[in-house]
Amino acid sequence: MYGFLIAVGVLLLLSLIWMVYRIQTLVSVVKGSDKKIASSSNKVNAILFIVFLLGAGILMFWYSIKEFDNYNLPLASEHGAVTDNLFWITMAVTGVVFIITHILLFIFPYKYQYKESRKATFYPDNNKLEVIWTIVPAIVLAILVIGGWKAWSDITAPAPENAHVVEIMGYQFAWEIRYPGVDNVLGDHDYRLINEVNNPSGVDFSDKNSFDDFTSPVMVLPKGEPVLLKIRARDVLHSVFAPHMRLKMDAVPGMPTRFWFTPTKTTAEMRQELGDDEFVYEIACTEICGRGHFSMRREIRVVEPAEYQEWLKEQKPYIVNDPTLVENVSSELKELADITISEYK
Amino acid sequence: MAAANVALHDTHDHDHDHEHHDNFITKYIFSTDHKMIGKQFLVTGIFWALIGGFLSILFRLQLGFPDMELYFLKPLLGGWIDDAGKLDPNFYLALVTMHGTIMVFFVLTAGLSGTFSNYLIPLQIGARDMASGFMNMLSYWFFFVSGVIMFCSLFLENGPAGGGWVVYPPLSALEQAIPGSGMGMTLWLIAMTFFIASSLLGGINYITTVINLRTKGMSFSRLPLTIWAFFLTAVIGLLSFPVLFAAALLLVFDRSFGTSFYLADIYISGEGALPNTGGSPVLYQHLFWFLGHPEVYIVLLPALGITSEVIATNSRKPIFGYKAMIISMLGITILSFVVWAHHMFVSGMNPFLGSIFMFLTLIIAIPSAVKVFNYLTTLWRGNLIFTPGMLFSIGLVSFFISGGLTGIFLGNSAIDIQLHDTYFVVAHFHLVMGSASFFGLMAGVYHWFPKMFGRMMDAKLGYVHFWLTFVGVYLVFFPMHYIGIAGFPRRYYSWTNFEFSNMYTDLNMFVSAAAIITFAAQFIFLFNFFYSMYRGKKASLNPWRSTTLEWTTPLFPGHGNWPGEIPSVYRWPYDYSKPGAKEDFIPQTVPLSATPESNLPHEQELVKLEKEIIAEEEQVLVANGSKEV
Repeated sequence: MYGFLIAVGVLLLLSLIWMVYRIQTLVSVVKGSDKKIASSSNKVNAILFIVFLLGAGILMFWYSIKEFDNYNLPLASEHGAVTDNLFWITMAVTGVVFIITHILLFIFPYKYQYKESRKATFYPDNNKLEVIWTIVPAIVLAILVIGGWKAWSDITAPAPENAHVVEIMGYQFAWEIRYPGVDNVLGDHDYRLINEVNNPSGVDFSDKNSFDDFTSPVMVLPKGEPVLLKIRARDVLHSVFAPHMRLKMDAVPGMPTRFWFTPTKTTAEMRQELGDDEFVYEIACTEICGRGHFSMRREIRVVEPAEYQEWLKEQKPYIVNDPTLVENVSSELKELADITISEYK
Repeated sequence: MAAANVALHDTHDHDHDHEHHDNFITKYIFSTDHKMIGKQFLVTGIFWALIGGFLSILFRLQLGFPDMELYFLKPLLGGWIDDAGKLDPNFYLALVTMHGTIMVFFVLTAGLSGTFSNYLIPLQIGARDMASGFMNMLSYWFFFVSGVIMFCSLFLENGPAGGGWVVYPPLSALEQAIPGSGMGMTLWLIAMTFFIASSLLGGINYITTVINLRTKGMSFSRLPLTIWAFFLTAVIGLLSFPVLFAAALLLVFDRSFGTSFYLADIYISGEGALPNTGGSPVLYQHLFWFLGHPEVYIVLLPALGITSEVIATNSRKPIFGYKAMIISMLGITILSFVVWAHHMFVSGMNPFLGSIFMFLTLIIAIPSAVKVFNYLTTLWRGNLIFTPGMLFSIGLVSFFISGGLTGIFLGNSAIDIQLHDTYFVVAHFHLVMGSASFFGLMAGVYHWFPKMFGRMMDAKLGYVHFWLTFVGVYLVFFPMHYIGIAGFPRRYYSWTNFEFSNMYTDLNMFVSAAAIITFAAQFIFLFNFFYSMYRGKKASLNPWRSTTLEWTTPLFPGHGNWPGEIPSVYRWPYDYSKPGAKEDFIPQTVPLSATPESNLPHEQELVKLEKEIIAEEEQVLVANGSKEV
C-alpha cells in the first residue's frame, strides 16, 4: 500500500513536470523567443553564475574556517612539520589562483552576456600575454617544486646510524610488528619459513641476529629519536599509513621498503594537548588489499626515551616464548640460543 | 543497444538520401558511416554512464549511510546483501573497481573520444568518411564485445574484478586474495583486450584521416581545435594502449601459466608459500601507469577540444591564442608520457625517480595553465550566448581549474606522502578528469545534437540539467578535499575502525545525498536526449551560427556527407565578430576574396594566392562558398 502511494506520488510529480515542460515550450513558441539568438534565459544564466560564485565562495570559506580543527590532523613527526608547511604554502598559492580565476570565470559571463547591439572584440592572440602566463606559472611552480624536492630528498635520505629499527609486515588483514632487540639488527627472514602458528613473519632462526627479536601488538616508539621502519608484505600490496606521523609507504611482497622519521610528541603529550584522553596514534592500510582493507589497524604508542628503554627490557624474544623455534638449528647456534633464553629467565 | 538503434532508425527514416540503398543492418548495425558509428558510440557510452553512475550510488549508500539496511536492494543484488541488510565488503570493492573501469574506459574514452572523433573528424576536415570505414566499424564492434564481456562479469557468482580499477597484482593475480580475482578478473582482462583493440583501430583511423583526407585548403593551421585535440588524443592512445596490453598480457601469464613477472615471495594464509620468486609488483605499476597517466589526457583532451570550439562559437569571438592552444596540447601530449611515476611516489620505487617525476609533473601544469588563461581571455569582451553546450563548457573550465590546482599538491612528492590514496586524490581526479571530461561530453552532445539528429534539444531542460549537475558535482567532490586532508583513505568500506577517521559521518551523508540528486538529474538529460531525437524542434542548418565545415552539410547528411563537391576551405575556423564583416561569423568556406571589407593586412596578401587557386577550381565552388555569407 505504502509502495503504491509512493508510485502514485512519483507518477503525479512526473506528469506535473511534463506539463510544465510542455507549457513553457508552447509559451516560448507563442512569444517567438525560440527564434531569438539569445532568449531571456541568457540573463538568468548570467545571474546564476554570480549567485553560484557568491554562494559557493561563502560556503567554502565558512566551512574551511569552522572545520579547520577537525580536518587538520594533529602532527607528531619532524618531517611532517616540513611537509605540512609545504602543503599550506601550496594551499596559499593555489588558493589565490583558484579564487582569482573563478571570479573572472563567473564575472565574465555576467558582464559580457549577449547584447544584440554589441559586437564581441576580435582579439585572436597576444604573444606577450601568452609568454607572461607561461613564465609566471613556471617560476611559481619551480619555487614550489624546489621546496618539495628538498623536503623529499631529506625524507628519503638514508636513516641516521642511530635509528631504532622496527619491522612492520602487512598481511591480509593485519600488521605484524617485529623489533630487532638489543642488537638493533633484525634477523633474516624467508617467506618459506612462515608458519601461522608460531612464526607469522617467517623469521629465520638459523640467523643468530634473530635470537633477540621480539614482536609486539603495539608499535612502541621513543620520542625525539629517529625510527627506521622496515616495511614488507606477505601476500599482496599493502601500504603503511600513519596519518599523524605524515608517513606512508607501500608494503610490497618481494621488495622490502623503508621509511624513517622522528616522532615529536608522546601519546601522553598529545592527549593533553588535544584534551582527549582516548587519543592514540594509528596505522592504517592505504593500498587496496581485499575484504578487510578497511580494518588493518595498529596502534603506535610514543613514549619518553627512558620509558622506551624500560619497555624494551620487559619484552621477551620469540625464542624465549617458544623455544621449539630453535629446535632444528645447528648445535653451535642452539647453544647460543639457550644462553639467550636463560638470560631472559 | 538494439532498441536504441531502432530509435535512431525512426528519426532518419523519412529523409535520407538513398545513394547506397542500405538495408537496416548495414545502416544501423554494421554501419561503416562514421556518423552512425559515432552515434553508436554515444548511445553505448550513455548506457555505460548510467551503469557506472548507478554503481557509485550503491557504494555511496554504504559510505553515507553505513547503518542503513539495504534489504530493498536484495532483489537486485541478491547475496551481496547479507542477512543483516549490509553490503558485502568484497562486493563494495568490486563496485568501486567496476565504477572506475566503466567510467574511465567505456564512458570517457569510448563514449567521448569514440563519439566525437568519429562524428566530427570527417565533417570538420571535409572528408567523405573515415580512411577505413570497415576498420571503424570493427572498432565499434570490438568495443561492443568488450562491453558485453564486462557486463557479464557483473553477474558472476564471485563478483566482477575487485582489485581497484588499476588492478594491481598480486591482489589481481591471486584468487585466494579476493574472490573477484577469479573469473571476474579473467573477464576483465578479456574485455580490456577487446577494448584496447577497439581503441587502436579507432586511433589509427583518426590519425590517418586527419593527415590524409583534409579538404582543399584545410591546412593543419586551419584545423578546428577539436580536430587537433582528437588527433593528438589518438596519437597518445596509439602509443600508450599497447603498453597496457603488455601489462595485461604478463598478468594473464602470471594468473594462468605460473610465471612470476609480478609475483614474488608470497605466502597465502591457510594455503602456504607460493613458488613464485623474483617478480616485481612495481613493474606492473610502471607499465600500467605508462598507459594510466596518458589515459587522463586521452579523456581530457577531446573535452578541452570540444570546449574550445563551443566557447569560441558562443562567445562570438575567436579562441584566444589558437597557436598557443595547439602548442599547449602538443606539450601535454609529449609530457603525458613522462609523468607516469607520480602515481607511484610511495610505491617503494627509488626516491630519486620520485624527484625526477616531480619536476616533470609540475612542468605539465604549465600548458594546462596556459589553456585556462586562454579560455578566460576568450570569454573576456565576448558576446556570450548561454546555450547548454556553453554552460557545460564554462563548467568544464571551472572543474579543470579546481581539479588542476589540487594536482599541484599531489604532483609534489613531499606533500603526496600524506595525501596519496586519500580522498584528496579522489576529489582531485573526479574533478579534473571525471567531471571535466563528462562536462566536455555533455557540451559536445548539446552542441552537435542538431547536426546528429536534425533536431534541437530543449534548452530550458538543458539549463536545469546543467545547474543541477554543476552544483551537484561540486557538492559531491568539494567536501572530499576536507575528508582527504583529514587522511581518510580511499576504497574503505567503512571508516569507523579508526579513531582518526571516525568522524565526518555528517559530511559523508551529505556527499551521498548530493550524489543521488546529481545522478537523478541526469534523467532530465536522458529524457531531453531521446525525446528531442523524435519530437524536438526542427533544427536550422547552422543553429549556432558557427564557422566550421560540418554546418555546411545538409540537415540530414547522407553517407558521404556532402551531396556535391566537398567544399574548399579558405580561412581559419575562428573568424567570429571580425571587424568590418556584416555578420558576426564568417564560415571557413567563404574565400578571403569575397570579404575584402574584413580582411586583415596579412590576409589581403593571401587573396592573390587564393584567386589563382580558385581559378583552377570549378566555378561552382565559388558560388557555393559565396552563398553562405
